[in-house]
Amino acid sequence: MKNKPIIRICMGTGGIAAGGTEVMKAFKKQLKRKGIKADVKKHCLLHKVGCRGLCAKDVLVDIIVNKVKSTYQFIQPDMVQRIVDEHVINNVPVQDWLVTDDYHQFHNKQIKVVLSDCGTIDPEEISSYRAVGGYDALKQVLETGSPGDTIKTLKESGLRGRGGAGFPTGMKWEFCKNQSSPEKYIICNADEGDPGAFMDRSIIEGNPHAVIEGMVIGAYAIGAHKGYVYIRAEYPLAVERLRKALTHARKLKFLGKNILGKKFNFDIKVKLGAGAFVCGEETALIASIEGYRGMPRAKPPFPVYRGLWGNPTVINNVETLANVSYIIRNGAEWFASFGTEKSKGTKVFALTGKIRNSGLIEVPMGISLREIIYDIGGGIDKDVAFKAVQTGGPSGGCIPASLLNINVDYESLAQVGSIVGSGGMVVLDENDCMVNIAKFFLQFTQAESCGKCIPCRIGTKRLLEILERITAGDGRDEDLELLMNLSYDIKASSLCGLGQTAPNPILSTIKYFREEYEAHIKKKKCPAGVCRDLLDYAVLAEFCTGCGACKRVCPAGAVSGERKQVHRIDPELCVKCGACFEACKFKAIGKG
Amino acid sequence: MVNLTIDGITVSVPEGTTILDAARSADISVPTLCHHPKLTPFGGCRLCIVNIKGVPRPVTSCTTPAEDGMEVTTRSSTLERLRRTLVELLLSDHPNDCMVCEQAGNCTLQELAYFYGIRENRFAGERRVYTKTDNNPFLERDMEKCILCGKCVRVCDEIQGVGAVDFTYRGFSAKICPPFEKDLECEFCGQCVTVCPTGALTGKMWRQKGRQQGIRKVHTVCPYCGCGCNLTLHVRDNEVIRVSSREDTINEGWLCPKGSFGYGFIANSDRLTKPLIREKGKLRETTWEKALEYIASNSLKIKENYGPDAIGGLASARCSNEENYVFQKFMRAVIGTNNVDHCARL
Ligand SMILES: Cc1cc2nc3c(=O)[nH]c(=O)nc-3n(C[C@H](O)[C@H](O)[C@H](O)COP(=O)(O)O)c2cc1C
Ligand code: SF4
Ligand code: SF4
Ligand code: SF4
Ligand code: FES
Repeated sequence: MKNKPIIRICMGTGGIAAGGTEVMKAFKKQLKRKGIKADVKKHCLLHKVGCRGLCAKDVLVDIIVNKVKSTYQFIQPDMVQRIVDEHVINNVPVQDWLVTDDYHQFHNKQIKVVLSDCGTIDPEEISSYRAVGGYDALKQVLETGSPGDTIKTLKESGLRGRGGAGFPTGMKWEFCKNQSSPEKYIICNADEGDPGAFMDRSIIEGNPHAVIEGMVIGAYAIGAHKGYVYIRAEYPLAVERLRKALTHARKLKFLGKNILGKKFNFDIKVKLGAGAFVCGEETALIASIEGYRGMPRAKPPFPVYRGLWGNPTVINNVETLANVSYIIRNGAEWFASFGTEKSKGTKVFALTGKIRNSGLIEVPMGISLREIIYDIGGGIDKDVAFKAVQTGGPSGGCIPASLLNINVDYESLAQVGSIVGSGGMVVLDENDCMVNIAKFFLQFTQAESCGKCIPCRIGTKRLLEILERITAGDGRDEDLELLMNLSYDIKASSLCGLGQTAPNPILSTIKYFREEYEAHIKKKKCPAGVCRDLLDYAVLAEFCTGCGACKRVCPAGAVSGERKQVHRIDPELCVKCGACFEACKFKAIGKG
Repeated sequence: MVNLTIDGITVSVPEGTTILDAARSADISVPTLCHHPKLTPFGGCRLCIVNIKGVPRPVTSCTTPAEDGMEVTTRSSTLERLRRTLVELLLSDHPNDCMVCEQAGNCTLQELAYFYGIRENRFAGERRVYTKTDNNPFLERDMEKCILCGKCVRVCDEIQGVGAVDFTYRGFSAKICPPFEKDLECEFCGQCVTVCPTGALTGKMWRQKGRQQGIRKVHTVCPYCGCGCNLTLHVRDNEVIRVSSREDTINEGWLCPKGSFGYGFIANSDRLTKPLIREKGKLRETTWEKALEYIASNSLKIKENYGPDAIGGLASARCSNEENYVFQKFMRAVIGTNNVDHCARL
């Protein structure tokens, strides 16, 4: 076989959950049956790949025969025999199982830099990364570059931190480089604690070497000899692949003593985080590595001056670091050609919520929110109205439908009261209650507050209590003002970013959905029909057929009525569980 | 030296001085709860926030070093509003207990509540309720009153080197406690009690013995060992009800468990208050003159009959260096023996 076929099986966390391991086994078995020794890599290249974004369609499998790639979706082990027989052997793709248009639509407007090799290379084989140019950037930097040149390139590229704050990476490295300390550190922040975020996990699972290469280049630029990857222990697959990659990189002299024979020493330790959101905050992360409780420390001094064990330390996000080798290889200008004036390059987002194609996407900075939601995400279900997008997780805000044309970049999102953040993007529709959304995020930030400072520890608790009483129908007239005043004070006086941004979900929902708060407080109604205590269930006489379905499911015995007669719900007995609403086939139960 | 202005006043301080210390050196008061001059700056209570011209958000003066040319404002309506909110938040989660609290009148939180005139509380809501009591013999730990300033944690770690308590849990449930919330099992030095700005940490033996009224403070030296730590006895109705120690003395305000809590002997009925002489196997009260005379004549007799080396002297580590010096001199020069030692520990 001249052009040996390539088979790639999605085995990120999503792929494995959908049965990727079994599919892999099935392929091995079928190929063996056909006399093709997969693992010899001579006749056919069968390997796992990391996440390519659209986990909802897992297990995804690519078959490349004669350089023509076909992608299959929803593959299960029992389908493998047919694919091998018809496609791998006879080059006739199984049309029925190929991905549909929405898969292509999902990818069309994306531009992949960080994720360019995620989903195509084998994350557990360093040779696979080498084959696509991996570690060439490191070679280039060590052989022909200097720390100064490297930092210059990074500065020219316009790369800004992807961990949330968007601080220019080149500048951060330069500050650290200019410190004359013999001990310096570079830390990769892989704590990723935002609810619903999986960007960094996917990068490490799909291309761990890109992160390592970025770290080695960074270490060389700032003059560090030790590095840490602080990664949450809840990411076992990412940890495993990272550790494997580190071992492989050491073997090939990309890491360790005398890297590439250039007398540069640098090694990386993996430190597992125990799953505290606040440990993603850089000073808390440092405290945690030092063995202290993960609580933020006051800045200044910033970590670039006094970080880990008092030494100058650069902390960068996974995605930031994964960009570095691509920038070095392709040049600052190339990178800066994507994005906007002040926000260069691309950004990975975790697109979730009420959207057709949810998944991991990488888009150029400055793309409009509309393009993300409608072109890439495929919009939302036809008969419900789009309401808002929540960006930036618990530190971010909600952007209403009216601002759909806004560009997604650091400045534009900040202008409307939200943030790019680390890349969470949750789509909300008319069935989502904005007060409830704010409450959800406050529950999270309150539970995750480290407790060090008063405004965050007690303040967010009080914000949450006010939201709880509003959604329970006990809201008071002065509550909106109280929420805003307290939010302002918490933002202004909290120690770290967690407290400083925790009120954002409240402020932005009040800004754009004030009438929803007012409906809860004044009319004791939840317009979206979410807040249980504010709902009333009633039988709509004109639709009721008297089938009795509601009566049978009601756990409280609140429904009465004879067969074939209009039924009635006793509001005194109703516990508002919604069982009747779900059970009625005739839409004869009204809620509101 | 760096030069800066604080509230319009020019201040000159050595490099590395925090804005808080710079302000205090110029008699500008800034409220604090978590700051202690001998402990690592914490930056948790946020009360010491100030504005620096050109810096968008307030910074904590206890953690921020003063820099040349800084223009600092410690008081403005915004800063005072923020501070008031902080105190109000603290009080919203504090037992309204000052009436019966041991620390009333000596509590920074109470003082702040007073200055900000907080009666009604906009944020009234859930309060932490802890029912478990700590059965250790010395420290009353009422964690409902704890404001999590972290001073006890730092003093125990940084000054005492013990690390008996730390922060546990997160969010509103965050709490200071010994490992696994067990009873405190530490040196019981009382350093944490000394630095606690509220009534969260007090001495068990202080209870209902008296607070600030009717107290006579007697400065003295601890009788337990030769270190000679300074003590301040809080005396009420001729009874020592508490011991504290001033910070401006040799021991900088730090004591050991005996100094802090071992004052029970003072009024103990078993205590010897008069010299006793044993006669025919029975102890009999006598006067100092008679007792000393008895010692002197008998010592002399022994020396004459058996020689000076028949006598040995044992001094106490509770004595000061000077007293021990005098004692050995007495043994050597007057009695004429080198048989002298002291217990060297206690
Ligand atoms: C509460 C909190 C949580 C954070 N969590 C993360 C995280 O999970 N990952 C991350 O990269 N940055 C996180 N950050 C931001 C980091 O403090 C830091 O700014 C970032 O790692 C710097 O890297 P960058 O410059 O590459 O963005 C968090 C910040 C805060 C305040
Ligand atoms: S803002 Fe919250 S998370 Fe940050 S230090 Fe304060 S209490 Fe801890
Ligand atoms: S009494 Fe001393 S040793 Fe015990 S917790 Fe307090 S400071 Fe630590
Ligand atoms: S017990 Fe006292 S010193 Fe310790 S944290 Fe609480 S208030 Fe501060
Ligand atoms: S005294 Fe500065 S933050 Fe508490």
